[in-house]
Amino acid sequence: MKIQNPRQVYGETLVELGRENKDIVVLEADLGKSTMTSLFEEEFPERFFEMGIGEANMTSFAAGLSLTGKIAFTNSFAVFAAGRSFDQIRQAICIPSLNVRIVGSSAGLSDFGDGATHQSVEDVAIMRAVPNMTVLVPADGTETRKMVRKIAGYKGPVYLRINRHDIPDTFPEDQEFVVGKPYLIREGSDITVFANGIMVSKALEAAETLEKEGISVRVVNVSSLKPVDEDEIKRFASGVKGIVTAEEHSLIGGLASVITYILRGNATPVIPIGIEDRFGQSAHSYDELLEEYGLTTDKIIDSVRKLM
Amino acid sequence: MNIAELEKIACTLRLDVIRMVGVGQKGHLGGSCSLAEIVAVLYFHRMNHDPKNPKWSGRDRFLLSKGHAALIQYAALAEAGYFPKTELEKVKKLGAMLQGHPEMKTTPGIEGNTGSLGQGLSMACGMAAGLRIDKSPGRVYCIIGDGEIAEGQIWEAAMSASYYKLGNLTVFLDKNRLQAMGPVAERYNTNPVREKWEAFGWHVSETDGHNIKQILYVLEEADRVTDKPKLIIAHTVKGKGISFAENVVGFHNGELTREQFDCACAELYRKNQE
Repeated sequence: MKIQNPRQVYGETLVELGRENKDIVVLEADLGKSTMTSLFEEEFPERFFEMGIGEANMTSFAAGLSLTGKIAFTNSFAVFAAGRSFDQIRQAICIPSLNVRIVGSSAGLSDFGDGATHQSVEDVAIMRAVPNMTVLVPADGTETRKMVRKIAGYKGPVYLRINRHDIPDTFPEDQEFVVGKPYLIREGSDITVFANGIMVSKALEAAETLEKEGISVRVVNVSSLKPVDEDEIKRFASGVKGIVTAEEHSLIGGLASVITYILRGNATPVIPIGIEDRFGQSAHSYDELLEEYGLTTDKIIDSVRKLM
Repeated sequence: MNIAELEKIACTLRLDVIRMVGVGQKGHLGGSCSLAEIVAVLYFHRMNHDPKNPKWSGRDRFLLSKGHAALIQYAALAEAGYFPKTELEKVKKLGAMLQGHPEMKTTPGIEGNTGSLGQGLSMACGMAAGLRIDKSPGRVYCIIGDGEIAEGQIWEAAMSASYYKLGNLTVFLDKNRLQAMGPVAERYNTNPVREKWEAFGWHVSETDGHNIKQILYVLEEADRVTDKPKLIIAHTVKGKGISFAENVVGFHNGELTREQFDCACAELYRKNQE
């Protein structure tokens, strides 16, 4: 399986887009070596705006650029992109539905060393709640590239959540990315696992292990959290004994909320895997932190077994 | 337009503001009236724009960062012909084109959604930067309030405007000295303003915000500065032109009685006939 770094792919894709479309502009809040917008800066300095450590101004400034016809990508860590700039995103970008792409990098717990202040457990919930906003969580590098290319020409605001670490690819190279579409990654008949972000590759790994026990697991990548094709979710949830949701985000307002809301009234039991209502913390490795918060392949395996 | 004509326009705009506020409904009368002359100069003398083609790419842009003064902008847009004056009668009614704060999707001539204070200046900076990428001759004008500059984002924007040398950006600071809860200097002092903006790398000038000749003069002076953003401190009177409302904090977002409404209309009507 190919392993890629989504933020590296993101940075490279921005450069590709910059070559193809002169209206692409990129704004950064002094984290360009982490978000990888430094690649765009090197090639297109006249369309790159270093906004200093000022996320609020960056976000409204991007709205202004959009009002002159530019397609603006703002960049920071997810916790600041969605949190610190919330009012700017809401007022100037989402109410009039401007073409600004808010890119939240080092999302979830992926900035493991920096602790609670730099880890975003609630960014998806915040962004989903704003009318007109599209919310996307790519599973890997390939999906990141396809998403970034797709949203460059998309109408209206988009929030894109990007992980800091290498992730095994699960999104097929020949598959087109369509906003709103959940993707069947692996067919199965006993249990459905709806996952997104880094949890998709873990769900796939769990499904492979469980197959050896004779348990057939369907894995669905729900990378579009808003909008999302509800009929497709219902179809993927049907005919199974149980459902697991898996996300690197608070259980409040993210994938678990999306799926259980769509399946309301459905009798199939659901086990949600995600971050219980608490903040992140520092650790010496990403895996150690994922273990502490229960975001592991083993947790998915255990949950599936419980539902059998 | 000449100075006398612009003075008359300012008076007409105030009259429209009073009619929009009406009787027994709250409306941002004070901060709208302090801007009448500046807005008249911008829309009827200064800016290149085309009310019949609001999205014309060569136009100058205007953002009212202190979006609560929307009524004066609505009056100017209607007077300029962006939409019929009958829309003014429906302001803030359910489903109306004219919302409580500027709304670009519904209102021709509104360039961006403003009113969450402190954000319009950043947007204006982004517009100025965007126009520069396109090598557009368009200039950007923005109005901020002296209470509004307590918002930290104003200073983030001020830094970015001078860092990017946005010489196509001109900002009026409506220094009417009153904010919602009382005098700016007493409630939350944002002074001194001139020194702060100069320290942030702006070209700063000052004018009587109700003297059209002076406003025109400082605008021309600002035109000669092309490598810096420009701030014009406009010394104004909140509620200007309506005697009983001048410098009265209660009319920041106030209600008029029938008697006050008639009195204000009569005063402005008289002035308009002079």
